Amino acid sequence: MAQAINSRRGPVTATAQRAKKRKPFLLDLYSTAVGKKYVMAITGIVLIGFVITHMIGNLKMYLGREDFNHYAEFLRALLVPILPRTVFLWLFRGMLLTAGILHVHAAYGLTVMNRNARSVKYQSPRDYQVASFASRTMRWTGIIVLLFLFWHLADLTWGTVNALGTSAADGKFVRGDAYGNVVRSFERPPVAVLYIVANIALGTHLFHGVWSLFQSLGWSNPRFNKWRRSLATGIATVVVVGNVSFPIAVLAGVVGQ
Amino acid sequence: MIEPHETPHGTQLTNLTLTVWRQKGPNDGGAFESYRIDSISDEASFLEMLDVLNEKLIGEGREAVTFDHDCREGICGTCSLMIDGQAHGPQRGTATCQLHMRKFESNATIVIEPWRATAFPIIKDLMVDRSAFDRIIESGGYITAPTGGAPDANLIPVAKPAADAAMDAAQCIGCGACVAACPNGAANLFTAAKVAHLNLLPQGQAERYSRAEAMVETMDEYFGSCTNHGECEAACPKEISIDVIALMNKDYRKAKFANRKELARS
Amino acid sequence: MSTITDPRLASKVPAGAIGDKWSTYREDMKLVNPNNKRKFKIIVVGTGLAGASAAATLAELGYQVDAFTFHDSPRRAHSIAAQGGINAAKNYHGDGDSVYRLFYDTIKGGDFRAREGNVHRLAEVSVEIIDQMVAQGVPFAREYGGLLDNRSFGGSQVSRTFYARGQTGQQLLLGAYQQLARQIGLGGVTLYNRTELVDTVNIDGRCAGIVVRDLLTGELQSHAAHAVVLATGGYGNVFFLSTNAMQCNVTAAWRAHRKGAMFANPCYTQIHPTCIPQSDPTQSKLTLMSESLRNDGRVWVPLNVADARPAAQIPESERDYILERLYPSFGNLAPRDIASRAAKRAVDSGHGVGPLQNGVNLDFAAAIGRLGKDVVQERYGNLFEMYERISGENPYETPMRIYPASHYTMGGLWVDYELQTTVPGLYAAGEANFSDHGANRLGASALMQGLADGYFVLPYTIGNELAPMLNKPTPGVDHPAFKQAEQDARDRYNQYLGIKGTRSPDWFHRELGRIIWDYCGMERTEQGLEKALSELPSLYEEFQKDLRVTGDGVSVNQTLEKAGRVDDFFQLGMLMCRDALERRESCGGHFRSEYQDDEGEAKRDDENFAHVAAWEWNGDPMSSIRNIEPLEFETVHLATRSYK
Repeated sequence: MAQAINSRRGPVTATAQRAKKRKPFLLDLYSTAVGKKYVMAITGIVLIGFVITHMIGNLKMYLGREDFNHYAEFLRALLVPILPRTVFLWLFRGMLLTAGILHVHAAYGLTVMNRNARSVKYQSPRDYQVASFASRTMRWTGIIVLLFLFWHLADLTWGTVNALGTSAADGKFVRGDAYGNVVRSFERPPVAVLYIVANIALGTHLFHGVWSLFQSLGWSNPRFNKWRRSLATGIATVVVVGNVSFPIAVLAGVVGQ
Repeated sequence: MIEPHETPHGTQLTNLTLTVWRQKGPNDGGAFESYRIDSISDEASFLEMLDVLNEKLIGEGREAVTFDHDCREGICGTCSLMIDGQAHGPQRGTATCQLHMRKFESNATIVIEPWRATAFPIIKDLMVDRSAFDRIIESGGYITAPTGGAPDANLIPVAKPAADAAMDAAQCIGCGACVAACPNGAANLFTAAKVAHLNLLPQGQAERYSRAEAMVETMDEYFGSCTNHGECEAACPKEISIDVIALMNKDYRKAKFANRKELARS
Repeated sequence: MSTITDPRLASKVPAGAIGDKWSTYREDMKLVNPNNKRKFKIIVVGTGLAGASAAATLAELGYQVDAFTFHDSPRRAHSIAAQGGINAAKNYHGDGDSVYRLFYDTIKGGDFRAREGNVHRLAEVSVEIIDQMVAQGVPFAREYGGLLDNRSFGGSQVSRTFYARGQTGQQLLLGAYQQLARQIGLGGVTLYNRTELVDTVNIDGRCAGIVVRDLLTGELQSHAAHAVVLATGGYGNVFFLSTNAMQCNVTAAWRAHRKGAMFANPCYTQIHPTCIPQSDPTQSKLTLMSESLRNDGRVWVPLNVADARPAAQIPESERDYILERLYPSFGNLAPRDIASRAAKRAVDSGHGVGPLQNGVNLDFAAAIGRLGKDVVQERYGNLFEMYERISGENPYETPMRIYPASHYTMGGLWVDYELQTTVPGLYAAGEANFSDHGANRLGASALMQGLADGYFVLPYTIGNELAPMLNKPTPGVDHPAFKQAEQDARDRYNQYLGIKGTRSPDWFHRELGRIIWDYCGMERTEQGLEKALSELPSLYEEFQKDLRVTGDGVSVNQTLEKAGRVDDFFQLGMLMCRDALERRESCGGHFRSEYQDDEGEAKRDDENFAHVAAWEWNGDPMSSIRNIEPLEFETVHLATRSYK
């Protein structure tokens, strides 16, 4: 429980005279907590944009195999012939990867900082007034989503776990048949449950994240502030409902091979 | 006030148990100790209840509980205390010194803990050192206006909404409840309230960006980061809105990007 | 009682017309070259309005400043609790205000017991204060067009009070604190927090420095300087129950007094009419409700004695609007001392309201009817909330209950025109000095005086004193006088710890306060004061024999701190009663029942008491020597104060 008394105790003077060595300006911005939150918000917007687009694109599933696979091929062929096939997709993936890494790196840095900011915890139970379940579980929902992401890639991009737990007769991962791969995967109830749980975690993360990014970026105006919370709820709901519908639809047989 | 009345008025609360954090010094372990208050008027303030406890302890030859307090009018920001897990206790928009016993009930157990943050080391019992706040102000929480030579006060009109908004932020009493309540031990509400107070006023524009930059960076040396829980706003005895945090974030961002040579053009 | 003028009490007010004195002074004063200023060290004790503004300004000029506060931060000083506003002769509202009028109102409000030269200077610099504070970013209330708003305040017929909601003191203190913080950041000021003055040290007839106690470790430390400024506030807590903060104390001023600084007019204490009455015996302090409430609230009591009906059930015909009846032209805005005594008489005669029948009503029903609840809320919302938090009653529905309480002390260390005490090199500023308010202070003038002293007076007058001392050696902290003072302080604190009696310092403080309030409060009599003077020494003796301080002297020990402060309050209390006894007249806050006219109004005795009583320590407060500084009125004519 010991806390060393502040060594700065006692006469204080010239506290603002330390010359500060500045890094190049973006790194300088990133070096403070407010700057890191700014980066989290910007990368958050990129990732939210992806999540929404991803969800909307996947709705094609309801139109059937052909439409869905056509959409998948469209993504690979984006900006052809300006760029060769799949180049844009890789650039896009690169951007998402960078955003994801920055988002996680900043979150890690802030978490360490926050831990250090209260090295001795309260010894009696806290009675939180407004901090929501979502806001207090951001790092856990974040980790769940991150772990899920690896599974998701292994399942539907790399295919390594796509047919895991299914009999050989059910087939194998087929590169190019996105529709078939999705359906094959979701037909396994544990996987469907995993998707549902992960998406609820994602929704919870978005519920706080979307609202929070307005604060972090300093987008505050009495004219629209009351809509910030509604927007966050809206986005979180739409993403969760959309994404969760896919495994349910597969399990319910609405979407099938 | 006239004659001291021996017969107290108001309802008496009886049989209160106080679980109070006792810690001999900064480097001591510390632990909770329990004390009993047999009877206290519900007209008494929370700190007067602690006065009664201390009188009792002194009577028993024991050392009184150390706690910070001064004006007892909710304005100086000296009082603190985590009461039943809430900074400044259960009444919203109220500092501990303005909390009255009528908010409690007989037979209650009340847990009193000092504010905990690495930047607020415990000095003794319930008293903590909040000097880190002063360091933030020293780094830029002012308008450079040396004495003498100020222009006539009415020379710079300040639009009433701007003056009111600055005043809303300027009400901060520097008690540290925001840090105490923040799950991250962040001081963003305190820092942002001061940034907002000065950056919203025309007089504060010349140093607007350097102020935001310096204060945010000093804050970083001591405190955690804001993850927008909103606990600070709920704990603030002056109910300062977290909108000021957004304003600080905006000014900090602008401070990093804006060309300050063109400050006069905006 | 009057004796010849004491040369030690020369006021040093410059000759010339009243309006020229301050500019004459500044034109004639000696200057210290900017490069030489850093060779001087100045100690400022206290970081309220006067202390923070003085420390910041002196550091801006280039002096080395050491600032001391017993708080954790300079921003905590009790200046922060002032609610109503700050006066300035800006005449922004074109209602006929002027520097002269503010000067005259202050002299008259003080019942002609203040020094003309000082007061006129105060009125002159009031204008600069507002400019300065606005430049620093104090968010004063504004009109819709963006210009500064003003209101009128108790006892004034012009709107000259600038305000920031009900938190003017807070905003002004934060302004001064920010300037101080800036200087700490820049290295101009060295701040010692949680450090309390325990003695001043004189060497060769000059103040050479101070001895302080680190409240965290109990360690005693000496600090030497070329000049020492005490901006340590007033002594209202001698009453135990007052609107002062819990830690406000007289120790710094009293220790300086014991080292030769004369203490002037200790009996001038101001009782504020609008405080929330005591509600229970464990009460530790009283809370002031801003005087601005009297702009719209009507003071009344039931006509019938001990009428216990709720206010709403008492018909108009059975109400006595005491201030409107007694003082038709000022009505509810009568000056503080007058309003306070009217309330006291109503309560004393059994017309008090509330469960303890210890208050009078301050009723907003008429204002709510006239202006609407919204306007009343806009004006006083935060005060109403505060009242409700404390009393548990809603003032929109039932009248507030108010009663006078000790609030401000006009007496203090005697200072001359330069704010220097009778000890050369030792200055007193703000409420700690006695100078500008005479026997009664006008509302919204305390903030003005604190800032005037700190920003616009001391920075000039200290330079005038220091200039001839350039490059002359001054004693350091290894001088035996410092060692002796440290030892004395060590002995004193060890003594408190060693008594091991049965009563806590708070118990003695409460008892002391009871005597002072009963006999030296709002109304004083010869008989009562003599009774107090017979009871105080024995209670003090009991304090010295039966005090119990638990804990130790090497870590934070608030009981021990309190013991030292109560000790000094005891000595001051005796002096206060002696001063009140010797001042055989009624003036301002000092009301002696024997000296009143047929209508119960204060009767001054200008022939015998138009002077400052400056008390000189000689080892025992019961035998201190009363010296006088005659007050000369060159500009205003002594007149009976009438607010009828």
